[in-house]
Amino acid sequence: MKSKIILFITILLSFLLQSTVVKKMAIGSISPNLLVILCISMGLMRGRKSGLWVGFFSGMLVDLFYGSFLGFYALIYMYVGFFSGYAYRICYDDEIKVPVMLSVGGDLMYNMAVYALQFLLRGRLSLGRYLIRIILPEVFYTAVLTFIVYRIYYFINYHFMEPVRPERESIWVLK
Amino acid sequence: MKKKIQFRINIKSKHLLIIMTLFCLVCIIGTFAAGIGTDRLQNAAGMLVVPFQNSIESISGSLDRSVEIFKDKRELIRENEDLKLQIESLISENNKLIQDQSELEDLQELYSLDREYGDFPKVAARIISKDPGNWYDIFMINKGSNDGIRVDNNVIAGKGLVGIVTNVGPDWATVRSIIDDSSHVSAMTVSTQDNLVVEGDLELIDEGKLRFEQLYDQENKVTAGERIVTSNISEKFVEGLFVGYVSQVVQDTNNLTKTGTIVTPVDFRHLRNVFVITVNKQDILDEK
Repeated sequence: MKSKIILFITILLSFLLQSTVVKKMAIGSISPNLLVILCISMGLMRGRKSGLWVGFFSGMLVDLFYGSFLGFYALIYMYVGFFSGYAYRICYDDEIKVPVMLSVGGDLMYNMAVYALQFLLRGRLSLGRYLIRIILPEVFYTAVLTFIVYRIYYFINYHFMEPVRPERESIWVLK
Repeated sequence: MKKKIQFRINIKSKHLLIIMTLFCLVCIIGTFAAGIGTDRLQNAAGMLVVPFQNSIESISGSLDRSVEIFKDKRELIRENEDLKLQIESLISENNKLIQDQSELEDLQELYSLDREYGDFPKVAARIISKDPGNWYDIFMINKGSNDGIRVDNNVIAGKGLVGIVTNVGPDWATVRSIIDDSSHVSAMTVSTQDNLVVEGDLELIDEGKLRFEQLYDQENKVTAGERIVTSNISEKFVEGLFVGYVSQVVQDTNNLTKTGTIVTPVDFRHLRNVFVITVNKQDILDEK
């Protein structure tokens, strides 16, 4: 229960920071995506289900205030969290390379989904331009931010929440 | 034994995914097609989020100011000189404007235009947060229904139209700006009163421009520099709000209509304070 409350506060804080401070950090009007980092971190450290729930709630917050219809961002963030949860059993979570690679993949997936579902369907066909102008800069910026922010989430996960697994269990470890 | 438990959990998380996906789809369809309101949820979430956003915004505002205190003295002196020059030019311009003003008043009496830009009741508001993503241009302001703001209120900044209110809570409201990719504004040219549609375009945002479409102008009277204001036939925008200047006009391949770009006078990237016009177009129509 305690870890659920902590997790919820973390989601809320990340959303608040994303919509205020992180937007002020924007370079060339492109800002990184803290919520994607949160989803993939929790997916990586706590598994598919946690990733799914974190994605759902952070997406719901975005939907409530900035979405044009409820549930759209929730769906996308949910899948980002769920898929990064597959890394939970395969990879160790104390290696920074894994979350960085995951955040590149997750952010790319998030942006392509937004483009495909909201822009392509309205007849905005020039994917190349959007890719260069918005998607790739955001992916790069998010990956850079992951180096810093992942450590914070890692700290929160292991100091304030009950660990999901008591000891290192990986499919690579011989039992 | 252990493998079985693992297997069961895997099935569960997949099922959970399917259930939540269906739930999200139902939500999307519910709000998109059936138009189910989400006001209560929004208000509840607003109570949780808005106070923090307010305080974060005020902290960052005071930080900005304290950084400005340390500005270089020489820079300030130079700026002062520039400003003095500017004042002189403004004074001369002002004199000219006063003359124009009297002329305008005469003309207005002639046309009996009783309503004007400045007449609408306005509420000043501060931007407290922005859309988390990079695709859209939506922001939240710190005034809401308690201050008389309603959905579809027009939002302006000092120089021109900024956007329209899309959601309202007790002490917050979200505004979709006109440079947002999904924004459409019905507008007209000042000199020829030709109607056109102004659209936001993500590809033009960097240049501070908007796109316009469906301008019917057979006599080629509309050229670069033409002033664009919101039109009288717009359903949601009050008539006569300044949108921008035409920067480029191109004939469409159908040889009937024209498209082009508009330069907006509002600096959307550094926007902090806006005014909300608390009268909707519909109210004005109802009054008449």
